[in-house]
Amino acid sequence: MVYIGEDREDYIIKSIVMRMLPPREINKMARVTITRPELYESDGSPVPGGPRDPHFGAIEPGEICPVCGNTREHCPGHFGRLELARPVIVPYYSDHIYYMLQATCRVCGRLLLPQEKIDRYKIILKKLKKRWPLLAEAFLKEVRKEAAATMECPHCKSRQFKIRYIRPILFYEERPEGETRLTPIDIRERLEAIRDDELELLGMDPEKNRPEWAVISTLPVPPLAVRPPITLETGLKSEDDLTHALVEIIRQNKRLSNLIESSAPETMIEDAWLALQFVIAAYIDNELPNIYPLTHKSQRMMKTLAQRLKGKEGRLRGNLSGKRVNFSSRTVISPDPNIGINEVGVPVEVAKVLTFPMRVTPYNIEEARRYVLNGPYKWPGATFVYKKRTGKQIDLRFQRNYKQLAESLEVGDIVERHMIDGDVVLFNRQPSLHRMSILAHKVRVMPYKTFRLNPLVCPPYNADFDGDEMNLHLMRSQEARAEAEELLLVEKHIRTPRYGGPIIGGRQDYVSGAYLLTVKNRLLTEKEVIDLLGAAGYKGELPEPAILAPRKLWTGKQIVSLFLPDDFNYTGRAKINSGPLACDSIDCLHDSYIAINRGKLLIGVFDKAAIGAEVPENVLHKIALEYGDAKARELLDTMYKMFIRMLDLRGLTISLSDIDIPREAREEIQKLIREAKTEIEKLISDYRAGRLEPIPGRTLEETLEQKIIGRLNSLFSEAGKTATKYMDPFNDVFVMAKTGARGSEVNITQMVALLGQQVVRGKRVSRGFRTRTLAHFKPGDLSPEAKGFVKGNFRYGLRPTEVFFHAAAGREGLVDTAVKTSQSGYMQRRLMNAEQDLYVAYDGTVRDSYGHLVQVRYGEDGADPMATYHGKAVNVDRLIEMYGEIRESTNHR
Amino acid sequence: MPSKTRSKKRIDYRILEHELVPQHRVLSFEEAVEVLKRLGVKPHQLPRISINDPVVRLLGAKPGDIIEIKRRSPTAGEATYYRIVVVF
Repeated sequence: MVYIGEDREDYIIKSIVMRMLPPREINKMARVTITRPELYESDGSPVPGGPRDPHFGAIEPGEICPVCGNTREHCPGHFGRLELARPVIVPYYSDHIYYMLQATCRVCGRLLLPQEKIDRYKIILKKLKKRWPLLAEAFLKEVRKEAAATMECPHCKSRQFKIRYIRPILFYEERPEGETRLTPIDIRERLEAIRDDELELLGMDPEKNRPEWAVISTLPVPPLAVRPPITLETGLKSEDDLTHALVEIIRQNKRLSNLIESSAPETMIEDAWLALQFVIAAYIDNELPNIYPLTHKSQRMMKTLAQRLKGKEGRLRGNLSGKRVNFSSRTVISPDPNIGINEVGVPVEVAKVLTFPMRVTPYNIEEARRYVLNGPYKWPGATFVYKKRTGKQIDLRFQRNYKQLAESLEVGDIVERHMIDGDVVLFNRQPSLHRMSILAHKVRVMPYKTFRLNPLVCPPYNADFDGDEMNLHLMRSQEARAEAEELLLVEKHIRTPRYGGPIIGGRQDYVSGAYLLTVKNRLLTEKEVIDLLGAAGYKGELPEPAILAPRKLWTGKQIVSLFLPDDFNYTGRAKINSGPLACDSIDCLHDSYIAINRGKLLIGVFDKAAIGAEVPENVLHKIALEYGDAKARELLDTMYKMFIRMLDLRGLTISLSDIDIPREAREEIQKLIREAKTEIEKLISDYRAGRLEPIPGRTLEETLEQKIIGRLNSLFSEAGKTATKYMDPFNDVFVMAKTGARGSEVNITQMVALLGQQVVRGKRVSRGFRTRTLAHFKPGDLSPEAKGFVKGNFRYGLRPTEVFFHAAAGREGLVDTAVKTSQSGYMQRRLMNAEQDLYVAYDGTVRDSYGHLVQVRYGEDGADPMATYHGKAVNVDRLIEMYGEIRESTNHR
Repeated sequence: MPSKTRSKKRIDYRILEHELVPQHRVLSFEEAVEVLKRLGVKPHQLPRISINDPVVRLLGAKPGDIIEIKRRSPTAGEATYYRIVVVF
């Protein structure tokens, strides 16, 4: 009897050998032989010799195992066996069987190569295996190919025939008298004849495997613990899919042995034998090709052995590499622009559950006592105390006298204290596509029930606040927090390691606010300046006001400059630098070319191009590069707060009136539409009359289509220009689009002027009815309206047909994103698995886990992309700019 | 050796002049030893190149030779790689 109990011995696993299960072992481990397909007797007890035989191990509570004498807690479960009436091929081995049959003699079982070659190849193989394991595999393949191509045995001179193999279990031999099926018995005979010393040239280790083991005549039956029956509430037993599959195998086996015993005609026996093979193949993998899958009565596929292991929810990916952790927490996130970017707001409820084991030292013993005094329910308290002296663990939930416990604390004890302000935690949002998807934050314990996140840190997580949830993990050792703080802190990821550009930075309101603060006409009173600087937490003197009389006024640029480093120089275009506001030097009347000299913003507005997220080579990026991440963080925690405060002062809001334009503007747009329409009508009539000249390489239809689309596109942009011409430049919709805060020129045009051409599959809308898009149009109508051109706008509404076209084009976008995410997700998974073990060695080379060379120098230039200027290791232009004076016309780029 | 290494088919030597084919060069024994020492690798740790590779056949390299490949690189301008000639 085996008893697995408390006093077991522990071993260290040195290696695992995977091999075929030898028949000897199958018999050795079997504790019961199965003969009957029935599960239970009529009285409900398990049938002896059935798939539920008690010898498979104890699984009911209180049941004593008849094999090992243990209850179900300690019974490991025992295998049984099923004697098959005829042998059967194991499906996953059949590819190897095929290779063996091809490469060996059908009569004498020798490898189909002359003796000298066999000897030579053995030596080569031995050498290759030592140094070039991958080459050894390729070599074996070549050997196999050469042997398979031999049509006469060099040893016994008998003729060989081609083998045909239909996955997963059928083999045929193409003999001159016709194709003959090879039964598992034939195959086993041939495999048995293969010599041990030739096996290694066939890719099999003779010390571990014998090829004939791939054909089994005893099927191992797994213990009940592997296929436990479940008891439903109704008291009915429901069996596992594996048990059902086994019952099916036993039935087929029984049928076959009955046929053999009653000496039925050979064809019937053959059929039953084949059926048994198929059932066993399905028992191993129900998704094999060319088999009849096992199903329930409801046609639902059974989950057999391979299905348990395969796929995302299978044993490997779902259970073995799927990790779960303690001391983690998940809740909705909400924005808090008042906390720092390195911080995260944590609800008190969470802080009281996630605890840190704090070792008591002479320096923190008073602090530790305070936590113990507060107990487990009052923050900041403690939940457990581990006494060093007694080795006891004290649960504060069952402790009345906190005071006594606090006094008894001594150096060396461990206090399991609540999470407190300043603790370093990991914060994560799925999908974790990046290393920036998990960053370290410092805790700020706050009331209410959401995690609070500075909106500046949204871009790395790709988070918004429409219900997103995030995960938080508390690290329970000093080493872990130190490592996280050094490597994963938010401020160390202002620049992305992908190309070195800033990934953290202003979005939306930060951009609008920065623009409105730094525009030329912004003059601030003393009160406003103090308010703004207060929001930023500025400490220091106010600068000399730009205007002294009749009252003191400061420009926004002056205020912003207070935060820039004194020796910081910068020139570059603002986002608004386009269209009528374009400039390419600091002689810019539109304030759209930024110049900072010695830390003073001289000209240009701050907008997305200066302070935005994911905009390489902007002001923030250069400060992070040249003054360090800490300085950039300081800017994000001070100057950026001012941008938001600027919006509080001025207000930023949009309404219908913002997308309304004067009557004459609307009439002008209508006129443009009419003009385009007549031109297109002309094109269509030319086409119908055969007067249209085709563009070279295009058909007449394509030419017409292209010309119409071209004209409609120019109409759209003309209409957009007309509309913006009439809009107030300080209209908030316009400000947001221009500065890159939100929306674009196209959005404005669609709201104010017209929606334009709706596109499905890259073409004008053309599908629906047979020769037209909708029943509202005549068959064959080629006019813009009939093919998805929308004249209406969001301000004044769309016509019914226009709504339909718009919806059709909108749906395409949704479908595309759904398809793209699944496909790119799978691609990324495969890339990650392929590359995860590569590393940069200390000599600068890139190696794989075998130490094989992948790159001679990391990235070929050895540069850390995070520290580069947008991928370039050295930026000469910037060096000149930093150390030379700003020239009259900085015309680089 | 098993079949089909080095088919007899002639290769157009002009592939060496094609702009997408980087410059290949067979290292002398002394150079090869120096390269292996510099990279701190044993020959089997180098990336491989098949003896049936058209450029290798044109260069007439033998198994075990080390080939120096100078590629254009978007980051470093030019990058040098080393590959060892193998039979398959």
